[in-house]
Amino acid sequence: MGRISALARYMGMLVAVAGIFAGLLLAAPAVHATTAPPPASESPAPESSTEATAQDSGSAGEGEVTDGAEYQDRISGVLRNAGSPVSGVRIKASANGYEAETETAENGSWSIGVPEQGAYEVELDESSLPEGVALAEGQQNPRTVTFAGTSNITTLFLLGEGIVLQGDSFGTKLIERAVAGLSFGLLLALSAVGLSLIFGTTGLTNFAHGEMVTFGAVLAFGFASLGLPLWLALILAVVGGAGLGYVQDAGLWKPLRMRGTGLVPMMIVSIGLALALRYTILFFFGGATQQLPNSQSPMLELGPISISRNNLVSLAVSLVVILIVAALLLRTRIGKATRAVADNPPLAAASGIDVDRVIRIVWMAGGALAALGGILWAYYRPGVSFNMGQQILLLIFASVTLGGLGTVFGALIGSIIVGLFVEISTLWLEADLKYVGALLIMILVLLVRPQGILGRRERIG
Amino acid sequence: MDFGNILLGAVNEFFTPTTAAYALAALGLAVHFGYTGLLNFGQAGFMAIGAYGFAIPTLSFNAPLPVALLIAMLASVAFAVILGLPTLRLRADYLAIVTIAAAEIVRYIVTTNGLTEVTGSANGLAAFEGGFYSLNPFAPGVYNLGPFSLNERDLWIRVVAWTVVALACVVIWLLVRSPWGRVVKGIREDENAVRSLGKNVYAYKMQALIIGGMLGSLAGIIFTLPRGAVQPANYGTELTFFLYTALLLGGMSTVLGPVIGAMIFWAVLSLTQGLLYGAIESGAITFLNTTQAGQLRYILVGVALMLLMIFRPQGVLGNKKELSFA
Amino acid sequence: MSHQAQSPQPGRRPGAHAAEPAPETAVESVPSSHEESWAANKYMTDDRPIAADTAAPGCRKRDPILIASNVTRTYGGINAVDVEHVEIPRNKITALIGPNGAGKTTLFNLLTGFDTPQSGEWRFEDRDLAGVSAYKVARLGMVRTFQLTKVMGKLTVLENMRLGANEQPGEALRRALFRPLWKKRENEITEQADALLAKFKLDTKRSDYAASLSGGQRKLLEMARALMVNPKLVMLDEPMAGVNPALTQSLLDHIKNLKAEGMTVLFVEHDMHMVRHIADWVIVMAEGKVVAEGPPGEVMKDQAVIDAYLGAHHDVDLGDSEGFEKLEAVLEKDPESDIQGGESLAPVIIEERKDTA
Repeated sequence: MGRISALARYMGMLVAVAGIFAGLLLAAPAVHATTAPPPASESPAPESSTEATAQDSGSAGEGEVTDGAEYQDRISGVLRNAGSPVSGVRIKASANGYEAETETAENGSWSIGVPEQGAYEVELDESSLPEGVALAEGQQNPRTVTFAGTSNITTLFLLGEGIVLQGDSFGTKLIERAVAGLSFGLLLALSAVGLSLIFGTTGLTNFAHGEMVTFGAVLAFGFASLGLPLWLALILAVVGGAGLGYVQDAGLWKPLRMRGTGLVPMMIVSIGLALALRYTILFFFGGATQQLPNSQSPMLELGPISISRNNLVSLAVSLVVILIVAALLLRTRIGKATRAVADNPPLAAASGIDVDRVIRIVWMAGGALAALGGILWAYYRPGVSFNMGQQILLLIFASVTLGGLGTVFGALIGSIIVGLFVEISTLWLEADLKYVGALLIMILVLLVRPQGILGRRERIG
Repeated sequence: MDFGNILLGAVNEFFTPTTAAYALAALGLAVHFGYTGLLNFGQAGFMAIGAYGFAIPTLSFNAPLPVALLIAMLASVAFAVILGLPTLRLRADYLAIVTIAAAEIVRYIVTTNGLTEVTGSANGLAAFEGGFYSLNPFAPGVYNLGPFSLNERDLWIRVVAWTVVALACVVIWLLVRSPWGRVVKGIREDENAVRSLGKNVYAYKMQALIIGGMLGSLAGIIFTLPRGAVQPANYGTELTFFLYTALLLGGMSTVLGPVIGAMIFWAVLSLTQGLLYGAIESGAITFLNTTQAGQLRYILVGVALMLLMIFRPQGVLGNKKELSFA
Repeated sequence: MSHQAQSPQPGRRPGAHAAEPAPETAVESVPSSHEESWAANKYMTDDRPIAADTAAPGCRKRDPILIASNVTRTYGGINAVDVEHVEIPRNKITALIGPNGAGKTTLFNLLTGFDTPQSGEWRFEDRDLAGVSAYKVARLGMVRTFQLTKVMGKLTVLENMRLGANEQPGEALRRALFRPLWKKRENEITEQADALLAKFKLDTKRSDYAASLSGGQRKLLEMARALMVNPKLVMLDEPMAGVNPALTQSLLDHIKNLKAEGMTVLFVEHDMHMVRHIADWVIVMAEGKVVAEGPPGEVMKDQAVIDAYLGAHHDVDLGDSEGFEKLEAVLEKDPESDIQGGESLAPVIIEERKDTA
């Protein structure tokens, strides 16, 4: 009783303080207009900037028209008329004195690099459209495209007569977002289950898990660009992810466990590892965003909703893999051993389970799952980049924390909640705030149910 | 390759305002983590709160410097309280995840286009440092300090930044050797034991979180003043991790450790950059370009963080016996 | 916070040894002389009956310091603690015994505010403690120690002791910066700490980090530190666990001393011989309930105790695999998880589980 009233009091205070803070932010009148933002090419603190990623962005050639190919952040789309691509159409993007132009390619795709994320005016030059082809009714042109938090934003100009935006009704939009969220949530779950297994068996909160996600996507891209067939490249990438898990455990984590290193120092070691891996990947892979084969996929119409083929495949693959992992955990000897170790390592060791072997296998499985998650994430975003794992690391953490640290099925449920929340919140929230909602939910859940949704109240053991 | 210049560049890093900001923010982390055992992974968020809390009032309603400073500090306290309320009763790793998430939330919010009017979104804010430099007592001109020549603005910000660092060190030093410091160190070791002795652990943790957070926010202001701009991209999670590296370099349960750690951090970064670029320009290294050399340095930061944590967690100054964990 | 009538630092008793070599190895020869000095002590010689009526589970006491009624705590459907009524007699040494999983530590946690019961009422010196947080309970004069000794390893022994002291103005943030405001109290605290350290024969370790102490010395330090709070009721959770046999006699004497100084002692213990030796009153718990209580001699004969306590213990043999399964089963429902991480809600840290298993 005492606890509840205390909680209510703190909640009240929290709301009050948050209100003051929000008021402070919002009450401030417009100032931005008077202060011309510095051009991105001369971002402050060139020598001491903490953003190593901001390395020489190159100056946008003054006067001459560029397509901004040198930039990582891109606005792109595909131009189709009645299902067939339209090429040679000029599209222009501009903001803050930056201007870039491109023409649609043979397959109708176009992409304009921009120096930084933000709001851009995108205009399709209607005079360059082929004879008899016009923008569909209600298509804004020029239009403002806004992005942040992702390196790529897609905007589609619909052509032809009588084409209206599909799924205008709120219900349809909701279902579409929900399906996309489910797909996103399940790919998050792949990584989250691995993270949760590792936490459960070793107690480590692994900040390098994001890099394990990146590693899978980068490997897949590497193998595919060697000319291997896509299916082989993907399988090799997943195997490589397991290898990274093996090497990490054998070379780093097992020796640290043997030394009796505490959990907090191990957490900080994992941060060091994350930095080292991230910049190593940047070193070899470069800062650009690359696409895996078949990253552009057609939209499929399933009843009232449309979903891209890749999303649908991703959804199916993650669902199947998670079911397999669940079956392995519940049915097989090693699965039971894993749960026993997660439950109580000394007891498991005493009952004859080789704890180190179990942990090694968990690391390999975690690595493989993260790699697969990375590949699917690369298709979902779409694109492979050196910091793609870092972008979803916190969402993975949020999933695991929501479900309850150390519980595998909690991680699954947490992931789905996060995925749904991220996608559905875009119906109301600005797209560049969609991750905020998920992180806030995590904090709020911790407030009322610190053990997470499925976490047991008292103890793991 | 001009070794003299490279060395001089590294020495110069000892005294830059950026190093001072890192020292101050790392000192805040020392209060959090080194002394109280709070695993705050959101120090970048506190720095952002400080920077924006200072810049927004200045630009929005022409707040004079002291008012802007006060608002920034109040915002920092509010942020600490919001963070602390749900998490200070929870385990250390929960605090870590919540603080890092909160710092990212701050960054997303100041980046969102919906608030461009106030925060300048991804471009950030600029031209709010006038009030600070108008207080500059140094006459315009070039000041030669040993091998370094500074203009009056550089000199002023350096003097102020390092004075703040020195004052903060004195205050923290007084605090940690007081009975208050004894209680928080006890909490670091075992909070239930401290609770069983009749101390309000929660209140102490909150106080420590607020103090360290305010140091972080002050650091955020000092970080932005010489640049005259604040941009959200500078306040990502990596900033926090760099601060931890600096903290661990110097010694996390010491007062001077974070300061020395920040100096070493920036000097070594400058030194390796100078040497690598020099080697590339002179053709001694051909398998790297300068971009990759820049990335190589951050690989080294990560490796250094791991090695420090594993082999010398007490840092260069720390006393091995007084580590928060063995 | 009120000062206590009884000084925690008693005057020097005749025969009390001033300095002895390292306690861990020393064979104590104190008891006889203690018995002598205790002979004159009113708390030691008080042999009025403890119970108000006949000794039975939940019986009333003549002069209770702590009263708990209908205190229940369940974990996942298992009743960890379900105490109908229990009273702890003032100025006596009360032992709380029972098999593993009987709910002894959980009861400790509930009474001291480290855990919250689902229901019940419990009063310390007629003050309702429901919803009172752990640190306030300690300030009221009810101080506990832990089954897994909690010393601040990276603080010196003296700093550990000072930490226990109350009314240090320098512990408030606004005064901490100004040494003159707390220097005087600090000197008093140091004096008090040094006296206690001398009594517990830890004075030679004064400036050492507590991490360097042996297990037994840590137990002593934890007890001494608890005394810095000037408690009225000292609650010791397994004070003998992990202590070198050479030190147990000395620990027992220290516990008796607490009583001689007018404090009330409640302790959890497994070793029945120790209990018989020092306890004035024994409370037996099994499966969360109080199943028997009374003076040690009588309780030991009680069939309920033999069934519940000895029976449960004797069939667990750690030497074979069957024993492990039983232990596992016991652990499974053992809610005595050491309270950890500051809140009973979050799961146990793995490291700590290693300690308990």
